[in-house]
Amino acid sequence: MEPSPVIQLEAVHKVYRTGEVEVHAVRGVSLEIQAGEFVAIMGASGSGKSTLMNILGCLDRPTDGRYRLDGIDISTLNRDRLADIRNQKVGFVFQGFNLLSRTSALENVELPMLYMRQHVSGREQRQRSLRALEMVGLSDRAQHHPNQLSGGQQQRVAIARSLVNQPALILADEPTGNLDSQTSIEIMGVFQKLNEAGITLIMVTHELDIARYCRRNVIMRDGRIVKDEAVGNRLSAEAELARLRAEQQAVQLTA
Amino acid sequence: MRILAPLRIALRALRRNKLRTVLTMLGIIIGVGAVIAMVGIGNGAKAQVEAQIASLGQNVILIFSGNVSRGGVSSGWGSAGTLSLDDAEAIRREVQGVAAVSPEVRTMTQVAAGNQNWSTQVLGESAEYFDLRQWSFSAGASFSEQDVRGANKVAVIGKTTAQQLYGLDDPIGQILRVKNVPFVVVGVLGPKGLSVMGSDQDDVAIMPYTSAMKRVMGVTTLRTILVQAATTPLLAPVQQQIQDLLRQRHRLAPGRDDDFTVRNQQEIAEMATATSKIMTLLLAAIASVSLVVGGIGIMNIMLVSVTERTREIGIRMAIGARGRDILLQFLIEAVTLSLIGGIIGIGVGIGVSQILAAKLNWPTLVSTSSVVAAFVFSAAVGIFFGYYPARKASQLDPIDALRYE
Repeated sequence: MEPSPVIQLEAVHKVYRTGEVEVHAVRGVSLEIQAGEFVAIMGASGSGKSTLMNILGCLDRPTDGRYRLDGIDISTLNRDRLADIRNQKVGFVFQGFNLLSRTSALENVELPMLYMRQHVSGREQRQRSLRALEMVGLSDRAQHHPNQLSGGQQQRVAIARSLVNQPALILADEPTGNLDSQTSIEIMGVFQKLNEAGITLIMVTHELDIARYCRRNVIMRDGRIVKDEAVGNRLSAEAELARLRAEQQAVQLTA
Repeated sequence: MRILAPLRIALRALRRNKLRTVLTMLGIIIGVGAVIAMVGIGNGAKAQVEAQIASLGQNVILIFSGNVSRGGVSSGWGSAGTLSLDDAEAIRREVQGVAAVSPEVRTMTQVAAGNQNWSTQVLGESAEYFDLRQWSFSAGASFSEQDVRGANKVAVIGKTTAQQLYGLDDPIGQILRVKNVPFVVVGVLGPKGLSVMGSDQDDVAIMPYTSAMKRVMGVTTLRTILVQAATTPLLAPVQQQIQDLLRQRHRLAPGRDDDFTVRNQQEIAEMATATSKIMTLLLAAIASVSLVVGGIGIMNIMLVSVTERTREIGIRMAIGARGRDILLQFLIEAVTLSLIGGIIGIGVGIGVSQILAAKLNWPTLVSTSSVVAAFVFSAAVGIFFGYYPARKASQLDPIDALRYE
């Protein structure tokens, strides 16, 4: 028997009403994502990818259609239940990092456990947070505040925060949008490593070369999926970084 | 989510903006401090008045001679001379439940001893007077029934009079001349302090009423009759009996006004404490206004804080905070603000009361109940004024909050 998919969208629609105008942001999207996938959702601005992302992240409910996350029908849940689902099933990584300022990396990572329904002891919170920071290679920066960290490091803290509750999937919204190209590749490297460890990842991006680090690309236009394909010549962040370093060395040598 | 975690979050948020926190708290500190100090002053005044009333004695009924009103000018209680010694005797004889009676005459006059002289209140009283007023002796003793019957030239003097006339000497057995009549001092009274009206009760010379009427004042009517009821429940019936008896003795037809006034101690106490009660209420009301203003300050700052931290709220909601968690976080922040302010305010209020008491000699009394009330009230202020901003925060849409710049 095939395992049930992590995400199951059935003819999902989303209509916003702003005054008189109706905006049909998502027009009938059906999509299945299995555990362990690494999907990039792509599209121009206004293609509906952000709206779809909000629905996938349980921040918003579809106007029509059905959404099952890890077997749970999200479409009918109230605000509080949605909050619990976000806490338990989804990890968020944002473009702007969205860490709490003047709060240490460790405490930022502990944050999701604060809102868990079942109690986790302070010691276990600490241990789990440190483990998550270790996974993103930042265990030596646990006590640093966000303003003492570089953009790439801040994004790693955010990834650690998204990991800490062992969610069914991690949603990343333009995770490399605020980063330079080399740091972007480093972050993609972190994602690839996590994916290899079995974590399901979905990211929204409009950068083609970033999408090539994923396993599957879903392209949206005007609220519909127009293309859904596996990535052929997938890039390896490790290899790319090695190549970049070699190039830099070459420049320095010749200079 | 436990209560401890949001408390930590609240404290951290408050620490983050120290100056703002302190200024906001200042509103509550001043408010609570003012309430505590003002109620302290009011209660102090009330307690003082009550102590003065108590110094009148226990279960005392005062009968004043009727007043004379000519051409709209009233000459005040005790001036008309409608009370006689026979009235006093009749009360002692006929009214049930009477423990003691003292006919009273009084005059302000000059008294002298040796080469010292002093203007003081001279009272003519019965021997029961000192028991009736629960007035103890610091030296010597009261004059006797016999002294009263014989109109003997003996006197008891108050502490102030003793100091003025005899200084450090022992006044007992010394001569006190009142209007050139020599009296022998047989007793010195213990201190009693100020009266309800603010006069010094220790500035007094007391002699048998017979002596005062015959030898000093030359009067035949009484100014006042003091009656002590045996027990507190008897106060009202005794008062009624006295009224009936005196109306009958003065042959007052039904419908005519009394030519005397009967007041019991409770009535006098109520009259005197009514003023200080109103004062306490007024002071507390004014101080409460500043507490409300402090509360509005909290609300204002919390609204600013919610707006400033919209993004933080969005993050918290995205990672699974329920609306209730956010509500609790901001509510706890507001209540922490107001409670810490309240506790400091209680300290400030007690401090101010003590400074007033020490430097200005104002009697202040900070009661436990007013401290507890101030504490509860400041918590209530935090909840009341913190609820709206907290609710506003909890109802934010996570998507909008995350996008907020």
